[in-house]
Parts: sequence; C-alpha cells; structure tokens
Amino acid sequence: MNKPQAAGMPPSQQRIRERVERGLARRYRAERRFRAYGLMAALSGLLFVAFLFLSIISTGYTAFVQTYVRIDVRFDPELIDPEGNRSEEALRMGDYGGVLKQAIREQFPGVEGRRELRQLYNLVSEIAAFDLRDRVLDDPALVGQTREFWLIASDDIDQLVKGKIDRALAEEQRVVSDLQLGWLDALTRDDRVERRFNRVFFTAGDSREPEQAGVLGAIVGSFLTLLVTLLLSFPIGVAAAVYLEEFAPGNRFTDLIEVNINNLAAVPSIVFGLLGLAVFIQFFGVPRSAPLVGGLVLTLMTLPTIIIASRAAIKAVPPSIREAALGMGASQVQVVAHHVLPLAMPGMLTGAIIGMARALGESAPLLMIGMVAFIADIPASLTDPATVLPVQVFLWADSPERAFLERTSGAIIVLLAFLLVMNAAAVVLRHRFERRW
Amino acid sequence: MNIVDTGAPGMTAETEVQSRSEALESATAAAGGNEPTARRTVGDVTVPNPVMSCRQVNVRYGDKHAIRNVSLDIAHNEVIAMIGPSGCGKSTFLRCLNRLNDTIPSAVVTGTITLDGQDVYEKRQDVVQLRARVGMVFQKPNPFPKSVYENVAYGPRIHGLAADRTELDEIVQTSLQRAGLWEEVKDRIEDAGTSLSGGQQQRLCIARTIAVGPEVILMDEPCSALDPIATARIEDLIDELKQNYAICIVTHSMQQAARVSQRTAYFHLGDLIEVGPTDLIFTNPRHRLTEDYITGRFG
Repeated sequence: MNKPQAAGMPPSQQRIRERVERGLARRYRAERRFRAYGLMAALSGLLFVAFLFLSIISTGYTAFVQTYVRIDVRFDPELIDPEGNRSEEALRMGDYGGVLKQAIREQFPGVEGRRELRQLYNLVSEIAAFDLRDRVLDDPALVGQTREFWLIASDDIDQLVKGKIDRALAEEQRVVSDLQLGWLDALTRDDRVERRFNRVFFTAGDSREPEQAGVLGAIVGSFLTLLVTLLLSFPIGVAAAVYLEEFAPGNRFTDLIEVNINNLAAVPSIVFGLLGLAVFIQFFGVPRSAPLVGGLVLTLMTLPTIIIASRAAIKAVPPSIREAALGMGASQVQVVAHHVLPLAMPGMLTGAIIGMARALGESAPLLMIGMVAFIADIPASLTDPATVLPVQVFLWADSPERAFLERTSGAIIVLLAFLLVMNAAAVVLRHRFERRW
Repeated sequence: MNIVDTGAPGMTAETEVQSRSEALESATAAAGGNEPTARRTVGDVTVPNPVMSCRQVNVRYGDKHAIRNVSLDIAHNEVIAMIGPSGCGKSTFLRCLNRLNDTIPSAVVTGTITLDGQDVYEKRQDVVQLRARVGMVFQKPNPFPKSVYENVAYGPRIHGLAADRTELDEIVQTSLQRAGLWEEVKDRIEDAGTSLSGGQQQRLCIARTIAVGPEVILMDEPCSALDPIATARIEDLIDELKQNYAICIVTHSMQQAARVSQRTAYFHLGDLIEVGPTDLIFTNPRHRLTEDYITGRFG
C-alpha cells in the first residue's frame, strides 16, 4: 500500500500524476529562466561598475606619475645674488627663472630667436624655478656651483611622453612643435627623461598649470567640511532619533515631524544649497566658500539619513532588553543611555558613515555657496575659502588643458578611494560590533 | 451560598455553573456593577496581611478590554500561580503589578493596586522605586549583553545600593548564590551573560532581580523557554526564594503550578474565574471553566 504501482492506481490519480509530470518540465524551465534573468541583471550591474572603474583608472592612473627631465643647472651668482651678500632675503629674491632658462639654453646651445627660445623654455615647467629656489634656500653653498637636477617637465611634454599626444599628427594640429619633439628625443637619447611619482599631485592645491595642480587643497577642504558635518549631524541626528523613538508622544505633531523628515531625505541637494545661501550666508553672514558653511549645508542634507538610520537601529534593539532594564527599575533615560544606545550604536555609526560618504560625494549644494571658486591655497581653518574633491573634479573637467583630463580622473580615483574606505569602515563596524541577544 | 450572575446577556451557561459555586463577599462583590460583562470570581481572593492587594483592576488596550474587575491579594512568603489559556490576561495582570504596562501608550489601568497599603498607581508613587520593590523575570531569558557581573550589578548600581566596589561584589555574590548560579559562574564572572546556557541565563535574570532586594518577584512564564532539567532547577529555586519573597508566577504548565505554588488563580478571557489553594483547585475545582481547563478540555 505504501508504494502504489502506477498501473494499480485509480484513473483519476493517474491523470493527476501525468499532468503534474507534463507540467514539471515547464516549471523547471521557468525557474531556470527566472534565475538567468536575475543573474543577467546582477552581471550587467557589475559590468557597468567594471566599465566605470576601467575607464576612470585607465585615463587617471597617469596622473600619479609625472615626467622629469635631467638638466645641468649652473647657479649663477650674477642672477641669484648680484650684490653678493648671501642673505636669505637676497637669495629669496634671486632670478631663478633666469637660472632655469640659462640652464636649458646651455643644454641646447645654438637655439636662437625669440620663438624658438620660448618653445625651448617650454620644455620645463615654470614651477621648476621655485624648486631651484627652494634648493638654494636649503643649501646656500650651491650658489656658484653647477649641479645636475631632475626638473619637472611642462604639461605638454608630459602628455607627449605619456603618449597622449599623437606624434603622427601634422605640426599645426598638435600642441608640441617639431622642434620640441626633436629636443625631447635628444634628451631621451641621453637618458635625461624619466617618469616619476607625481608628488605635486598630492601636495599642492589647485593651479591653472596642470603640472602644478594637486588635490591636497580639495582633500583638506573636504576633510574640514565633513568634520563640521559629522560634528553637527551625528549628535543632532542621534538625539532626534532617540527623542522620536523613545520619548515622543504618539500624536499628530510627531507624525508630522516624521513625515517631514522622510520628505527631507528626498529633497534635491541643490535646494539645500539655495537654503544655505539664503540662510547661512545672507542672513547669518557666515563667510562664503568656507568649509563651515559647506558643512552646515551638508548637515542639513545628511540629517534625515542619520535620523532614519538611527531610528531603525533603535527599533532593532529587542524589546526584551528594554523591558529587562525597565523591570529593574531603570528610568527611561537610563534605559536609553545604558542599554538602547550602546546596542544601537553600530547601526547609528553605519548610518552616519553612509551619510558622510554621500556628503563627501556631493557637489551641487556646494556650488550654490561658492565652494566652486578657484582656490590655490590649502585651507587652514573652517572659515578659509576652500573647495572639495567633487567640486575640484568639476573644475578640472572644465579646464581646456589636455593634462587636466588625466588629473580629473586622478581626482575621481582619490575620491572613490575615500568613499571605498568609508564604506569599508561601515561594514567593519557593523561586523565588529554586531551583537547577538 | 448561591449567587446569580450580574445579568449580562448570553451568560446563561455560566450562570448555571456559578449557581453551584460559592461567591465571595468582601470587596469584590461590593464593586461588581460597573463592568457588566465581568464574571464573579469564585473562591477567596483575600489573604490576611497581604503584601500586594488588587481591587477591581481593569486594563484596556484601546478598545480591547484585557482584564475585567480582577481582585486578588498576594501574601508574604507564598507562591501564587496564575494559569489560564493564552490571551486570558495573566501576563497583563502581572505587568500591572509593577506598572510595566505604563510603557504601552494605549494601556489604561483602573482600579487600585496597593503595595504594603500604598497605592502604586498614585501620582506620588515613583515607578523606579516600585520596580525596585516589585522585581520581574521574563518569559525569555533576557540578560543584558554585558558580563555576568555587570548584569547582577546593574540594579544595585542604578539604585545606588552599594557604597563601594567591595560592597557591590558582595551583593553580586550573594545574589548569584541565592539564585543558585554562583558555583557555576564564579570563574567566568566576566564572561558575557549571553554566553551562558538558557537555564543559567534565566537564573542570572533571577539573580539580577533579587540583587535589588525586592519584596515581590513577578515571573512571566519563566520556564517556557527551558528544557525540563533547567525547569526543575528554576522550580527548586522558586521554592527556596519563597522564604524571603512573595512570588507571582504565570505559567502554562499546570504541573508546574501544582508543583511550585501554594495558591492558584485561574484566568479566562480577562476574568479571574477562580482562586484558591493550589491543591484544592487541582483536585476539586468549583467553576466549570476551571475544571475544563485543568482537565485539558481546552487551553
């Protein structure tokens, strides 16, 4: 009886069984198809991300190297310190541009004429003169000597060495002349051209000259802005979440607050920029372009995210813990401070970090409050003019010089690296402090 | 003595049953009128010199009337068991006693509950103080995600019961000893409370409760998440604890009620149906609903 033979089954049962078997193949096909769709969706997502990374990294990685040329430099006392008193003041005022030009001329004797000479000088960046000055200030004994130095090449030469400028083009179609090509080849033959790590990119602020431009100003600006955002939005957000979850009476007023917070999370970020412009800058007179006002605006933008994440984290604290503490005679504040907050903290921190990561990537509201200005100095305080990484990307992407293309991608890579680190921190936090109860 | 039901429609069956049973005089009968659907309690709800005393307690959650006109005394040094089918209001009643229902915004409690003669729902009554005097052990062991020591020390700490660390150490040790857990955890006092076994966790929760020196301990199905061996240990513990405390235990296990309690109260759909000495309730129930329940006809 427990193993009925197909033949012995009543016809109705047999019919059911046949139908089920006929349908089975179709069911499995549908299941496989469904799985394939899901896989395809996931893969296409991955593909886009891979494409994005590939495209950015392939254009951007060259921003981290820079071409240098080796040139014999004679520190002519006539140019540096004509009066011969060797004081620091005098050394600082020396004509290092002249020293540089002289050095290049001596490298290629026989170049005559203003146009040719200008092209010749153009091999090396003007920033190299400051480099020479710094070396002399470090070691005044250099004056009068001849030394060999690796000098930073100009952006056009750098691009040519990196293969970003097509040598096969006609001369009038490329930014590097035939003469410059010849000189560069001569230098290359002498082993006087080298690509090195681009220190300037990480230690300088913005500049109109690509080879002098760096992301440090934007990184510091981003850091200061995010510092303001974190210091304001985390305590305010957590306090609001605790109040709404633990203390607020359930009336229409709190419902209204709740709906508004959720709506705030969906407000386009540029609107927060306008609000910041109108309220913080116009009304309260906070200096514009400064990390302070940027941080305030991003706080407005980040608050809903943190409040929502914190409320979810508080809700996730099991009621049994709350009851245990209440049953012990803990007051409501003690329950929150001793039990709910410590248990909800990982979730709150995760929410804060994700909110911060969003704020780090935000550019639109900062455009409205003037953080889009060209600022070459590295900001030293919260009220100094500054810009942030995404806005720096925006600025460079607008620049006509070819070398800014790779620097734009380079800045994006730096930005993405920061975002990845922050998201990784959120994941680590979640895993480390995750408690079971 | 026969009574007639207060006259709500649709209660003829009970009326017939109750005509067989004995009514109680005392306070319950006096105030029976304001809740027409409430059933009279069979048996004597009063005890001489009670530690807690409840009169005409009603609890509503919004529209739901969870408890109707319950009057019950809790005596010193006794274990009173509350039994009844799910949703009958035993836990709700228990949570009235330490005002844990306050945390549910929609809950409205009326009637009087006194602790040593003082109304616990009075404005002057401090909830924190009340809960220190009326401790609670929950259904699921719920130690704080902290060390064993911190679990027990938490109550004394927030109530400021210990002047210094040595005194606190002493409280922790005696509490654990009284809960019968000290021998098992004395070498792992700094381990997480959640790393203990289920039965140990529940005894830890009991230790945590007695650390603040309560007068009454409420236990809401303390063994329902435990295996029989752990259950037996808790029951032994309850038996010892009644030397010092009054214990109210809600349980789904009638055997447990029979084993640990001296008095039993049977709840049914928000009504306290019958109260009496445990041996009498289980051998000779007077109300038909009680009889049906303990003989396993429903519930």
